[in-house]
Amino acid sequence: MKVLVPVKRVIDYNVKVRVKPDQSGVDLANVKMSMNPFDEIAVEEAVRLKEGKEHHAAGTATEIVVVSIGPAQAQETIRTALAMGADRGILIQHDATVEPLAVAKLLAQVVAEEQPGLVIMGKQAIDDDNNATGQMLAALLDWPQATFASKVELTGGGANVTREVDGGLQTLTVKLPAIVTTDLRLNEPRYASLPNIMKAKKKPIDVKSPADYGVDPTPRHMVLKVTEPAKRQAGIKVESAADLVMKLRNEAGVL
Amino acid sequence: MAVLVVADHDNQALRDTTLKTVAAAQGLSNEIDVLVLGQGADGAAQAAARIAGVRKVLLAEGEPLGRMIAEAVEAVVVPLMAGYDALLVPSTSAGKNFAPRVAAKLDVMQLSDVVQVVDASTFVRPIYAGNALETVRSSDAKKVITVRPTAFKAVAGEGGSATVERLSASAEAPGTRFVNEEMVVSDRPELGAAKIVVSGGRALGSAEEFRAVIEPLADKIGAAVGASRAAVDAGYAPNDYQVGQTGKVVAPDLYIAVGISGAIQHLAGMKDSKVIVAINKDADAPIFQVADYGWVADYKTAIPALMEELGKGGN
Repeated sequence: MKVLVPVKRVIDYNVKVRVKPDQSGVDLANVKMSMNPFDEIAVEEAVRLKEGKEHHAAGTATEIVVVSIGPAQAQETIRTALAMGADRGILIQHDATVEPLAVAKLLAQVVAEEQPGLVIMGKQAIDDDNNATGQMLAALLDWPQATFASKVELTGGGANVTREVDGGLQTLTVKLPAIVTTDLRLNEPRYASLPNIMKAKKKPIDVKSPADYGVDPTPRHMVLKVTEPAKRQAGIKVESAADLVMKLRNEAGVL
Repeated sequence: MAVLVVADHDNQALRDTTLKTVAAAQGLSNEIDVLVLGQGADGAAQAAARIAGVRKVLLAEGEPLGRMIAEAVEAVVVPLMAGYDALLVPSTSAGKNFAPRVAAKLDVMQLSDVVQVVDASTFVRPIYAGNALETVRSSDAKKVITVRPTAFKAVAGEGGSATVERLSASAEAPGTRFVNEEMVVSDRPELGAAKIVVSGGRALGSAEEFRAVIEPLADKIGAAVGASRAAVDAGYAPNDYQVGQTGKVVAPDLYIAVGISGAIQHLAGMKDSKVIVAINKDADAPIFQVADYGWVADYKTAIPALMEELGKGGN
């Protein structure tokens, strides 16, 4: 079975975000960029499906195709996935912002071409925090969706997916093909080894444009401004439990 | 224009999130209908009919709707949207699951996690883990909005007398079968709605220590229990305790952070709390920069002392 894994190049998880003084956005100049952490988990799960690691049977996945939509530098993100164990990449190159709806439309075209049995992708990108693309892709394809997965077990023709929901866990069985989006506890992504990083350089990446797929990537949202949230002021220090409880009761009135 | 709010409920009663989402809807229109999806959800529908300012309640029931299976919700909501200009959904795990599916079917770019309604097409939403707020204007004819409930003040749950209309639309999810649910059973208040939250971080060091230190303190003051992502990743606390960018966003009256350093991803989930207390032995921990009351102390001695002090009773 072929597995498709969409990945996004985003600001690195550890970078402190700065809003530009002109309120036009956040400052991304000379900032470290990395693969969206949830997408790393998706790549890892696909590679485990291929390797037969954990509870997966070996060869469940036969080919892993990674696709990214973004600027030319998103090739680096694809290379990272190839070094982790994916087989080949597709870059749909576009420099401006592409919203989840347009991403889903592009991915739907890639799915039509590649015919994967499963799409595994991150539940949310840590830049725009939309948590929407996977669900939108499932809608456009009329496929079942199992979002926020903490466990995926493939069975013949289906997948048992345990999902992180408010208050606990929910398990669904979805018929394949389906969309699965990853949550944090699904797995711990590997670091690519040096030999695998070298090998990844030889793996093929196709470069396309949104026009190749007949999709108009023009955003539906116009960003009027980007501002910094109100800063909280640091308060006072207390020295003892008695002091803290007294202040919470008498000063703050919250106990 | 008319707008549709999808209720968050447990079949018998509405959750507070529904009243807060109705509050957000009032920023768009006065013609607000509430859709109750569930199974045996008459109680919730009757409660929705009593919300002040609600025009009509729609009730759709069925097994997959009781489980909020996204495909089934889509089957009910998408045809209904012919009569509405906006759909507002609380940002719960269920809402986040189905709302984008509905949006894509309507060819609409969703407005996720909205914290402020500027006008009927302009909204404010957090990005980059709440480190920035973007104000966006949507050019879509219909709006699909998930609402961050903690950002809105609940409308009155009583005073309305809307009619309840039962929908007969079928809601199937042929590709998805519900297997089971393992819900954490607890007498504590729900994390998202609690007035007080006690959260533990990686400093606790083990699941046993987390249970032995954080939970008794929470129970003593009637608090919900939360955790940092680091504590969840380390296995000290279950994932549904997680407060932060990728977990729950909470805004209680009192938030007590124990052994939490205060990574930006955690602050994103709690910095709108009314009063923040930080207990950490590292005086340089970033959590102190947002805390109203900081106590530089080892939790091992601080929490027993705090328990004893609380035991002395109020004045």
